[in-house]
Amino acid sequence: MDNLDTLLNLGLLGYVAAAAAGLLFFRSEKLANLFSFGCASVAALCGIIFSVFSLATGAAAANQSFELFPSLIPYVRFSVRPDPLSVFFTLIVSLLGLALSLYSLGYARGFYGRKSVGVLGAFFNVLLLATTLVFLADNAFFFLIAWEIMALSAYCLVSYEHEKEETRRAGVLYFVMSHIGTGCIMLGFLLLFQASGSYGFETFQSLGDSMSAGKRNAAFLLFLVGFGVKAGIVPLHTWLPAAHPVAPSNVSALMSGVLIKTGIYGMTRVFFDFLGTPPNWWGVTVLTVGTISAVLGVLYALMQHDLKRLLAYHSIENIGIILMGLGAALMFLHTGHTLLASLALIAGLYHTINHALFKALLFLGAGAVLHSTHTRDMEEMGGLAKRMPKTALFFLVGAVAISALPPLNGFISEWLTYQSLLQGFGTTPSLIRLMFPLSGAMLALTSALAAACFVKAFGITFLAQPRSEHAAHAHEVSFTMLLGQAILTAACVFLGLFPTVFLTLFDPVTHQLTGHQLSAQLSVANGLVLSGVMSDGGTVSTLGITLVALCLLFVPFALWLVFAQSTKIRRGPTWDCGLKGLTPLMEYTATGFSKPIRMIFKALFRPRREVQREYDFSPYFAKTIRFEAHVEEIFETRIYRPLNRWVLRFSRRMRALQAGSIQAYLIYIFITLVLLLLFAL
Amino acid sequence: MKIDVLAIALQTGLVLLLAPLVSGCIKNWKAKLQNRRGPRVWQPYFDIIKFLRKDMVISEHVSWVFSAAPYVVFVTSLLVGVMVPIVTVQAPLGLFGGALAIIGLLALGRFFLALGGLDPASAFGGMGSSREMTLSAIAEPALMLAIFTVAITAGSTDLSRIVAEAQGSNLKLLNPAHLMAFAALFIVLLAETGRVPVDNPATHLELTMIHEAMLLEYSGRYLAFMEWGASIKQLVLMALLVNIFLPAGLAGDGSAASLGLALGVFLLKIFVLSGAVVLVETVNAKLRLFRVPDLLSAAFVLATLGLLSTFLFQ
Repeated sequence: MDNLDTLLNLGLLGYVAAAAAGLLFFRSEKLANLFSFGCASVAALCGIIFSVFSLATGAAAANQSFELFPSLIPYVRFSVRPDPLSVFFTLIVSLLGLALSLYSLGYARGFYGRKSVGVLGAFFNVLLLATTLVFLADNAFFFLIAWEIMALSAYCLVSYEHEKEETRRAGVLYFVMSHIGTGCIMLGFLLLFQASGSYGFETFQSLGDSMSAGKRNAAFLLFLVGFGVKAGIVPLHTWLPAAHPVAPSNVSALMSGVLIKTGIYGMTRVFFDFLGTPPNWWGVTVLTVGTISAVLGVLYALMQHDLKRLLAYHSIENIGIILMGLGAALMFLHTGHTLLASLALIAGLYHTINHALFKALLFLGAGAVLHSTHTRDMEEMGGLAKRMPKTALFFLVGAVAISALPPLNGFISEWLTYQSLLQGFGTTPSLIRLMFPLSGAMLALTSALAAACFVKAFGITFLAQPRSEHAAHAHEVSFTMLLGQAILTAACVFLGLFPTVFLTLFDPVTHQLTGHQLSAQLSVANGLVLSGVMSDGGTVSTLGITLVALCLLFVPFALWLVFAQSTKIRRGPTWDCGLKGLTPLMEYTATGFSKPIRMIFKALFRPRREVQREYDFSPYFAKTIRFEAHVEEIFETRIYRPLNRWVLRFSRRMRALQAGSIQAYLIYIFITLVLLLLFAL
Repeated sequence: MKIDVLAIALQTGLVLLLAPLVSGCIKNWKAKLQNRRGPRVWQPYFDIIKFLRKDMVISEHVSWVFSAAPYVVFVTSLLVGVMVPIVTVQAPLGLFGGALAIIGLLALGRFFLALGGLDPASAFGGMGSSREMTLSAIAEPALMLAIFTVAITAGSTDLSRIVAEAQGSNLKLLNPAHLMAFAALFIVLLAETGRVPVDNPATHLELTMIHEAMLLEYSGRYLAFMEWGASIKQLVLMALLVNIFLPAGLAGDGSAASLGLALGVFLLKIFVLSGAVVLVETVNAKLRLFRVPDLLSAAFVLATLGLLSTFLFQ
């Protein structure tokens, strides 16, 4: 117990030391790199051991709040309480922290001589520290301070390559959106403070039951928007696909893997721990928002040909899937089906850690590709599977996992989501229950489109012929970069094949939030098979499937033995219809690959294209063709731009108030004073 | 529930051996209906053996993914074959996964099939992959909703339980929910197995191909595994359709007599369904690619209506 707390403190101090090391050694790139990222990986390892042990032994449930350092300000206590939910999210950030720090040891070398590696290391560690503290904080003030440090360090990291125009714009957009969210969260906490009279989280627990309905609903909406901005739910997502791709890849992985999960953490904490028994419409809202985010996220992802931007849009999709689990759980809590609520909650949280793992893995893969081809544009890649075989394998594992295909981890969490949606149908007699199967159908659409998107992402990037010189001369990345990817790949495989082992870690979390422990009920046949929580709800065993598949490989082997032993393999050119050889220009492109989907959903995308041809004499033989295609980002053009215009126009009007004359200002002050006095009467 | 190795081996054998025959019958009957003589019903077996014996020509652009794809396609189809109840109510591998795992495994096979189509750097393969992934994505919600409709009635995604539930009362056959889910699944079956009006398995024009376009660069035993895998997938989806909606005759126990009877009834059902597929293929023209989503959204609407009617008639 005490040992575990020491370990946690050691981890937190490790991040501080690593950040300090980055700044201290900022003149020597090698030392800064080694110390800041090396130290961070040790700190993250402490975090992993701490969280796994406290969840596995159940010690987390008994953890008390303690102060990290004393505070002199009233209401503000710098206290942390590693309760099961916090520890679970600490596990996510620590796992990623370890893999990303190791990866960064190699990745940061790409910045040598160009940028300050020490600054990167310092902010990276501050971000890790602040995120861990967000998960652990036990006081609203401390939470907000950590939240703000997290947002600011993330802003600095997004703007790391600030000499590019695109990066600066993305950074500012992130900064603004993030603070709109923070504002909502602050207001939400003020509402809670009003009801409890304290900022400590322990006084907030189940507070919602004693609040008036109006205030409770207001708090729900404020937190939904506030945390929703961070999580990137549609329509508050616009900053996400702008900011994640322009950051250095290790930071993109951290942002997509962990940072947006702070939104999920906040929602889980507030909705399940603070706001009491939810009214039905909360769950309905969250489920709807989740479904819309999932479908729109993946549809927009399909339209991207910037590899990292594509991955960023997939984060929106996966946040949607997580929220489908959480929304269903809220609906079950409303009807009093706490057992099912635990299942849906587990589905959401399982997907949270899964998404953290495979999205970080994919971003690291994209980073490796960027490192070695110097481009993010998929149309200039191709053929990398032969040049970077290990990265290709890791990326493929991530692609299979994120497409929710068996036997990897994405399949398990979506299976759990389907199970809870299916069993939710029986929880209520009202028409609302049709939402469950319809969301299930949308989830099916989402994962099928995700599979299409990752066939594109992997196929265009890693297969076929290289489409540019850069891709043709790509090379495999360094050992530490591969090690970071290998850790995440192993974690994806483990969480996919051994779900029943991992589910035991959820017991304290669900016990804390819904009062049930499900791992024993979810595991059949000595943990080989995963089962739905209702009797006979359905079973699945990814491990069993994999083993049987390996046995079935005997069939092709036997056929080879009987028929094909003496056959030979000849290498030849691909069939080119009698032309003089295929060139990379004739390959299918990323844009071409997603064209059928663009056409089918053209009401949403409103695709626009411009073709300019120049000919010499005959229109059949064009000399040059310039082709441009655009897809409309409907939220940007329909919501944000008009809003932006409106704000600017309003500010211009308001400028008349600030005429610069001191007399006018005195009058304003006087009027305000009178009004306030009248108000006070 | 336990795992019976003998049952797994027997069903694997059955699926392996029966699948080419079903494909052969469909081809032959279709030809007959169009006043052609057509290939023998046994032709697919000879084709497979011929392909297995041939040398392979592999494109010089491909990576290991190209070689892995045929095995993934073949093994996932076989796996699904032992997870679906075919002659017994209890599918041999039912414990390891129900309807959701089957959809997942078929998607895994499709994922690698599409990657195999992209790998040789040919525009045809890319076109096939793109279309296959698009159409299967549009088909997926209808498939899932139809499965949900029957799963909700049984309270489980376990196929054996769904089948047992349907066997329990034969009146369920006329249940509007089941009729509409059946219609939806039939359309999805046509799309998933690449049949007219969605895809033409007999086409020789690369531009109209979907499934065949992805196989253009495959030869020798890789082609054999791809073709065989596709016909197994077709048989398994047909078995899923007939056994969920017409579960009559499935053996509840393992006695030889009931197994024999069940096999006979199963063959009868499969061949009737094949006849229906042949009929649909003959009287319809292939739809334009961008008309297919209309057909598939019709399937989705049917499945939604089916679901609504479970709500109304409960």
